[in-house]
Amino acid sequence: MQGFLEIFDIYLLEAVVNGILLGGVLALLALGLNLIFGVIDVTWICYAELVMIGMYGMYYLVQYYGLPYYAAAPLTILLVALLGAALHYIVIEPLLTAPPINQLLATGGVLFILQSFATVAFGIDFRNLGIRLPVLALGEMHFSYSRLLSFAAALVGMVSVYLFMTRTYTGTAIRAISQDRQIMSLMGVDTKRIYLVTSALGGALAGLAACLLVLQYDVHPFVGLSFGPITFLICVLGGLGNFVGGFIAAFIFAEIISLGGLFSDLEWGYVLAFAFFIVMMFIRPAGLFARRS
Amino acid sequence: MNLRTIAWAVALVALVALPFVYRQPYHLHILVLILIWSFAYTSWSIMGRFGLVSLGHGGFMGVGAYVTALLWNHLGISPWIGIPLSMVAAGVLAVIVAYPCFRYRITGHYFVLVTLALSGIVLQVITATRDYTGGSLGYTPNRTKGSQLLALQFDDKITWYLIALFVWVMGLLVWRWVDRSMSRYAMEAISDDEDAAAAAGVNVTFEKLKITIISALMTALAGALYCQYQMFISPDTVSGIAVSLQMVFAVIVGGVYVSLGPTVGAIITIMLAEVLRIGFGTKAVGWDNLVYGVLLVLFIIFLPKGILGSVLGRFRTQPKKLEAKPEAKPAAS
Repeated sequence: MQGFLEIFDIYLLEAVVNGILLGGVLALLALGLNLIFGVIDVTWICYAELVMIGMYGMYYLVQYYGLPYYAAAPLTILLVALLGAALHYIVIEPLLTAPPINQLLATGGVLFILQSFATVAFGIDFRNLGIRLPVLALGEMHFSYSRLLSFAAALVGMVSVYLFMTRTYTGTAIRAISQDRQIMSLMGVDTKRIYLVTSALGGALAGLAACLLVLQYDVHPFVGLSFGPITFLICVLGGLGNFVGGFIAAFIFAEIISLGGLFSDLEWGYVLAFAFFIVMMFIRPAGLFARRS
Repeated sequence: MNLRTIAWAVALVALVALPFVYRQPYHLHILVLILIWSFAYTSWSIMGRFGLVSLGHGGFMGVGAYVTALLWNHLGISPWIGIPLSMVAAGVLAVIVAYPCFRYRITGHYFVLVTLALSGIVLQVITATRDYTGGSLGYTPNRTKGSQLLALQFDDKITWYLIALFVWVMGLLVWRWVDRSMSRYAMEAISDDEDAAAAAGVNVTFEKLKITIISALMTALAGALYCQYQMFISPDTVSGIAVSLQMVFAVIVGGVYVSLGPTVGAIITIMLAEVLRIGFGTKAVGWDNLVYGVLLVLFIIFLPKGILGSVLGRFRTQPKKLEAKPEAKPAAS
């Protein structure tokens, strides 16, 4: 009995830590989406597909052009940032005055485009970088370096966004716009430019997430569907546009998935997370940390 | 009455007579698919036209298909009982999710994302219970050894064509019934301004719930029919976010505000997929969705009323009726 409990606890602890590590990357994704929503008031349904394109970017840069991982990563981040800016310029800009549902559905169309573009251009095979990072053994627990690296990089990414938002003029303007859209253009801030910068920033965060996820998962055209929905739920649970809420919600979700997966299949972890989300929506409809007005 | 009614009657007779005159199996197959999907898209548009954009309909469709097939395979319950049961299941699911949403005023983005979670859940549950549902590999209802009628399994396309035609007409009748009921005015008021509608005496929660349940029941029926006709279902073809988006897309292309809009959407999308499939063969994988996606974006930007909606709008003598009505009110802000 004693031995059984010990083993069980080790697994539990391992699942908890892995949950935290997963939470880092999810928080990064949620931050990007929240940024777009908070500033431009648009939900990019296709956000996870940008990540998928980024993962393919990493795959091709590393496998075909033989670039080292650390050289490919900035290029990928740049590529996805450009993609984000293009998405805003081509699709969202003409729809800025349209009903929000139309904007959301238009990005749903972009989801189709990116997915099928990947299918047509890259095929439906599962691909991976072929980089195998060692596994860290801590006592009887095992953590993969790729997860630790992702977690650390995600934290660095989030801190740099925080610094950018608080320490630079553009960052301040972005925060100001998310507080009051109309006034800021009267104050002489070029809204169009800020929107474009924000979209590029959101894209860059998706690119960073792609560089990290490609270490852990195989890439295929539909990989976005496996973590896209969860990202939206995290953002909604944290309150759309609420950065801190999204950050905390990401870890809650990651723990649910990780612990649910410990006791049963991974899918049940997801089912639990989805069910938790629906229940929470009824208890706190405007998000976990909504300010009561 | 008169001219319109006559035109409808003639068209209906022609459609019923069609399979007895023309029986090329492949073309009939395409027609059956178009009719079943038209029905599903019409179901979606019943709530979609009032700004209740749901991405959960993939979930309802999955429930309809899988509950019917599971009851038949595991318990031997005939689809004649299984289909109503599956519709009830979808209805219950709709109430569980939608009632709190409407009660607590979850609208706009939030509503879309909650329903997105719903179709995600259904997809994951189907995949997770793979011991019963076959998981992502798909599921086939057992071929009947007894009566075909009891099992609702028919080999000839003509029977299926007539069944699908009947259901499709029923769908259009429900659409028309909603269109002419008081609910329509209530729902339009709600989609313009919920608080004002409530102040004017509209029971907002009840009206929205009514429309949602009707829509969910019909979508489940479409899923069950699709399952019985194709005799193969997989999580990707009847549930999940992709199917939900496909519904939204087809309806927007056809037109949300006109009764035949979803049908036109189904004709265009299915023909497109088939033409690409025949034209490119196996290389076409992906191309149809690529064209879908580009069209969807273009339509939302340039033709938000859809093809049929815009064409009718141009020919109408009094264009006031189809005057651009904002599809949804910005609510969650």
